Amino acid sequence: MTAQDIVAVDTDAPPAGEVLLRATDVTKHYPVRGRRQVLRAVDGVSLAVLGGETLGVVGESGCGKSTLGRCLVRLTELTSGRVEFDGRDISTLSARRLRPVRPGMQLVFQDPQASLNPRRRAGDIVAEPLLVHRYGNASAVRRRVRELFDVVGLAAAHLDRYPHEFSGGQRQRIGIARALATNPKLIVADEPVSALDVSIQAQVLNLFADLQEEFGLTYVFIAHDLGVVRHVSDRIAVMYLGEIVELAGTEALYSDPAHPYTQALLSAVPDIDDGTFAEDGPTRERIVLTGEVPSPADKPTGCPFRTRCPYAQDLCAVERPRLTPKASGRQVACHFPLAG
Amino acid sequence: MTLSPSPGARRSPGPWRTAAGDLLRNRTALAAAAVLLLVVLASLCAPLYADHIAHTDPFQSHVSGTTVVDGKTVPVLTPSSTGLGLGVTPIGPTWDPAHYFLGADNQGRDVLARLLYGGRTSLFIGFTAALLTCVVGTLVGVVAGYAGGVVDAVISRVLDVVWAFPVYLLAICLSVVLLTNGLKLGPVTVDAGSLWLPVTIIAAIYVPYIARPLRGQVLVLRNKEYIQAAVGSGAPTPRILRREVLPNVVPTAIVFVPLMTALAMLTESALSFLSVGVQPPDASWGTIIEDGLGLLYTRPAVTIAPGLLIALTTAALNVLGDGVRDALDPSARLRGGV
Repeated sequence: MTAQDIVAVDTDAPPAGEVLLRATDVTKHYPVRGRRQVLRAVDGVSLAVLGGETLGVVGESGCGKSTLGRCLVRLTELTSGRVEFDGRDISTLSARRLRPVRPGMQLVFQDPQASLNPRRRAGDIVAEPLLVHRYGNASAVRRRVRELFDVVGLAAAHLDRYPHEFSGGQRQRIGIARALATNPKLIVADEPVSALDVSIQAQVLNLFADLQEEFGLTYVFIAHDLGVVRHVSDRIAVMYLGEIVELAGTEALYSDPAHPYTQALLSAVPDIDDGTFAEDGPTRERIVLTGEVPSPADKPTGCPFRTRCPYAQDLCAVERPRLTPKASGRQVACHFPLAG
Repeated sequence: MTLSPSPGARRSPGPWRTAAGDLLRNRTALAAAAVLLLVVLASLCAPLYADHIAHTDPFQSHVSGTTVVDGKTVPVLTPSSTGLGLGVTPIGPTWDPAHYFLGADNQGRDVLARLLYGGRTSLFIGFTAALLTCVVGTLVGVVAGYAGGVVDAVISRVLDVVWAFPVYLLAICLSVVLLTNGLKLGPVTVDAGSLWLPVTIIAAIYVPYIARPLRGQVLVLRNKEYIQAAVGSGAPTPRILRREVLPNVVPTAIVFVPLMTALAMLTESALSFLSVGVQPPDASWGTIIEDGLGLLYTRPAVTIAPGLLIALTTAALNVLGDGVRDALDPSARLRGGV
């Protein structure tokens, strides 16, 4: 990734706004036990998140999207690359210097069961970040916790309950209240609805939307469900094997996928309206990819997708395509993109 | 959704209260607790018995003393009539609480009084050693598990070394060395004859048995998302350990306390029996068994009584420990609650 690419993101990005979070060539490699290879969970990802927008990140299981989310808020140490939050490089800050930055960026987790300490009451869980950052005296904290409960749609009677007494959707609301406690600018939501019933998913997604409007939040919304991501995102980054293969505005991406992988992913989304796969644009054939996703510990040379790509040519095996800005404002990492 | 949002609902009981309720409903555990309570109370009453009922000093030999049996004055020790006639035969059980209820040992001391005093020692050593083991083991396990990396590697290897030695061998070696010199470790000084010496030794050798499982538990906890959330909220590590990690491992540590007490008492008895535990004139159940060894054929009660008490107490502790574990096992409760 070069400097021009990043500048291009700023200028061409659909929603206006300052860059709140910028990742530059972020990589996260895990050593593989007993072998010399490394597992390339995140492999050279660059992106910019604008203030007030929702950037969706989609990809199959194991494509590194969760790891990327953790890297962005530095819950995981980067192998290399840099992450700037609010104009400040946070990728090399010491744990102590990072602490005052933490409140500005919060994570909402996938599993609302695992993300709440089973031995603490819901009110205490939400109060914890306030206590850590010395929000105020006990009554101020209590007031703020009640307020947060109200904001996420929980009752005051819930304050003294334990996590196991709540439903999945309610637990996720507690997790959201905790993330909101410190008044963050950025919330990285790591598959926040994928563990919930479909009927509850909509409620929680609407809550996310309301909160964004009310508090001017910026979201990085990680999901594997294309329908969910489409519903909430302004722009979408598609990940494959630790790399972003396409990053575009939501409508442009859905109507006109430029990367063969995006096209294949979208063709797998069934359309409820008429049972075909054509909602926008020309009728789409269902593209069934052959073969397995290669292991991130043993990535193909050149383009990571070439082993399964119906359009792959000799060049794809030799040269790794860069994520390049196109005239339409989208970015695609493909030698032979399907759209401009 | 399962929750009925009834406003003004009563504050839901915390995990501790739920566990206490479960324990109080467990009759087997309660019976074991009653037995233990009886043993503890009896031991606490040792001075009352010695001073006011038996009128005897259990730490003083009465080689030429006499006592009253069936209204007749008889010597406490008589020359042995068996073997070469060199030893002595102490008086046997009289079943008279005021006069050598369980007989005398080979120094003419009241066995029952010594048993009660010995119970104090054995229970004290067992319980304090277990408590110390659990506290130290928890801290070590939590630090190793949460810190990971080099700290974990060093701590784990040290634990492995301690673990690798047979428990009794290690305890005997430590005791033999420390009984001559006492122990000086920084600000901690333990005199050679003190009861704290066996406490320290027993506590130290069992630390790996607590620290290793707790380290494993913390390794799992460390990757839980609520710990990540705490890290992400900017909480300093000591606070995370105190607020998020410890509340989840303390129940496990508590489960170990009664089981560890039983184990520590057995170890204490074994060491004392081998003369490297509690030192005379203090009595413990182990030393009384040793006292009775030479009288096994003539006065078996001296050996059997402390042996039975050890068996009874450790069995009760184990049953109680099982009850505590059933009540505190958080995973079982969480599965039931969802």
